[in-house]
Amino acid sequence: MAVTKEFLKEEREQAWRVDIRKLLKNKERTALTRVHMGEVDAKKRILSNVEVNTGLTEEEAMAEARRCLDCPDPTCISGCPVEINIPKFIKRIEQGDVLQAAQVLKETSTLPAVCGRVCPQEKQCEAQCFYQLKMKKEPVAIGHLERFAADYERESGQISVPEVAAANGVKIAVIGSGPAGLAFAGDMAKAGYDVTIFEALHEIGGVLKYGIPEFRLPNSIVDVEINNLEKMGVKFENNFIVGRTATMEDLKEEGFEGFFTASGAGLPRFMNIPGENYIGILSSNEYLTRVNLMDAANPKTDTPIVSGKNVAVIGGGNTAMDSVRTAKRLGAERAMIVYRRSMEEMPARVEEVKHALEEGIEFLNLTNPTEYFADETGRVSKMRVQKMELGEPDASGRRRPVVLEGSEYDIDVDTVVVSVGVSPNPLIPSSLPQLETTKWGTIVVDEEKLQTSIPEMFAGGDIVRGGATVILAMGDGRNAAAAMHKYLQDKQNV
Amino acid sequence: MNRIIEKEFFSENVVRLEIDAPRIAKARRAGHFVIVKIGDTGERIPLTIAAANPERGTITLVIQRVGVSSRRITELEVGDELTDLVGPLGEATHIENVGTVLACGGGVGVAPLLPIVEALKKAGNRVVTILAARTKDLIILEEQIAKYSDEVIVMTDDGSYGEKGLVTDGMKMVMEREKVDQSVVIGPAIMMKFASLTTKEYNVPTVASLNTIMVDGTGMCGACRITVGGKTKFVCVDGPEFDAHQVDFDEMLLRLNGYKEIEKNAEQDYLNNKDK
Repeated sequence: MAVTKEFLKEEREQAWRVDIRKLLKNKERTALTRVHMGEVDAKKRILSNVEVNTGLTEEEAMAEARRCLDCPDPTCISGCPVEINIPKFIKRIEQGDVLQAAQVLKETSTLPAVCGRVCPQEKQCEAQCFYQLKMKKEPVAIGHLERFAADYERESGQISVPEVAAANGVKIAVIGSGPAGLAFAGDMAKAGYDVTIFEALHEIGGVLKYGIPEFRLPNSIVDVEINNLEKMGVKFENNFIVGRTATMEDLKEEGFEGFFTASGAGLPRFMNIPGENYIGILSSNEYLTRVNLMDAANPKTDTPIVSGKNVAVIGGGNTAMDSVRTAKRLGAERAMIVYRRSMEEMPARVEEVKHALEEGIEFLNLTNPTEYFADETGRVSKMRVQKMELGEPDASGRRRPVVLEGSEYDIDVDTVVVSVGVSPNPLIPSSLPQLETTKWGTIVVDEEKLQTSIPEMFAGGDIVRGGATVILAMGDGRNAAAAMHKYLQDKQNV
Repeated sequence: MNRIIEKEFFSENVVRLEIDAPRIAKARRAGHFVIVKIGDTGERIPLTIAAANPERGTITLVIQRVGVSSRRITELEVGDELTDLVGPLGEATHIENVGTVLACGGGVGVAPLLPIVEALKKAGNRVVTILAARTKDLIILEEQIAKYSDEVIVMTDDGSYGEKGLVTDGMKMVMEREKVDQSVVIGPAIMMKFASLTTKEYNVPTVASLNTIMVDGTGMCGACRITVGGKTKFVCVDGPEFDAHQVDFDEMLLRLNGYKEIEKNAEQDYLNNKDK
């Protein structure tokens, strides 16, 4: 299933691609400027959950597609964890055949409408674009084009289902329905396997459903992609916790021969500072699950949420941005990011930080909480913070924050969302004592094959990496599918 | 799946449901719980498994009406299905032969206590069980508890049945008269707090099964967190049972009230809409 250089070259030499390259000279192409995607005005969008980015029009997409040089050595592909044939789909857009472009995406990607929205393209495909690498110009807007093609196909009502090989009757169990599990299931279904995804929650999608908010990734879009997997024959069992509802042994008895564990890093970390268990202090997982999965802000649902007037979100990652922007939409007067390093070290996507600033989010950088105080009912009312300055770089290369002595002060808060990272979910490892894990609780795998210490079990995504990104999880899913396919074939041939 | 096979009222507001759930029935052990959601707009609530019948493929839940979700589930009839049911969750009760066990259940806490009492008795313990409630009508499962107990003491606040007094009065009486090696307490948080203070006086190791607010029940959110021995623990994955003498019950009691106002209003709305 891997994309080889020879294959890419062969595809590039196809007549339609050669014709399109001839339409414009490279000089004319590079003279074009990057098209920018429309956004809903910040003042308007904070009043609802409307998606912030509005997507490209067909004209805009075709204009942007013309910038792509269809390079002989498409370095952009190496920046994509699922190796989408980027020049091919972009040239299909330039040609005006968007439905074909969408099909190209699906050759290697299970969730293009998702990735086009949430991938940090600036660190992946677009970072490896010729424009960026050699010309120091704005890269081709690969992510926007991917999103355009996937959205166009969905809205056309003519969604194509990828071709599936003849059924081979081999049953495969996928543990977890997040991006890693979905990507794995898609590839295995294509190869003819009988795939069942087991999900602990009542909805399929993992972090795509409970974590990433509607204003970045509407759940309806995730559902369309899940539907597509269903059409490919993938089965879903929700409310099913492998290791609890049934053990791996039970599933083996039911005929499952291969297992892919993608149970994620769902365990939230807290800071263990005084007062952290007062009412109104939540993990970002709880806050976002209530709002996104349980729709708690909707008065028609039973799940409650206290929205808060003064909301502080602790942390500087994407989850922190999602939480603080959610707080704003729930009516917070002050929605604050409290982060112990400076703006430059923030792990959140540049785009999310920009959107947050536009929406009136306050950034208290170089600031760290040390203690919480509550009113007489036990609800948090104040947060004590201290100022930090940046010292020498630490092991991760980021400058270490150092406490500025005597800089403590108090801030009024009624809701605090702790977003300082997650740990691997222990449910699967704890039910399989023979499974080798690291001291951090991640599952040990062979780096290439993603095979665990239990030969028929492979693993990928955050349960192997710790908290990482959607697209890396999907890449793991693809690689594990290729490796498991080979493992099962070799086993059969022995 | 998740179909209600039997429904029985223990009292006006306490209902027993037997539910078709073959996988959970087979996998569950004493101490386990499930998460239930009723309707597409329902919330996820935790309920302890009171009994299971693996041959019949069913589990039994005992639910007290205290708010919207418990009303929704107790208003379901035989043949209806629970929209979502997942489990078994939590760590199972640690069962061994320790000698004499004093098992104490307050109100509907007797339901989750039942499988534990059964397992303790089968492990060879002498089991003295105290059933406590406000009034006679709220004493449940006495016959089933008696089957696995060497002695059952009933306490009611108003003296309408059994002995008059609180659960702690019964506990003191037992611990005064004989050596107790272990205690298990399950009930409202306030009852568990005072029960554990009582056993502490007598140096009897005590386990409490905690009933905190939960959302997912799988360890991914920390809504259920509490302080045990100075450390933060998640009730859904580290518990629900803990060394009662290490639990910060005051903190737990505060956290349980986190949504009280919203819950009360929601219940009122629910009842008003039903009348229409």
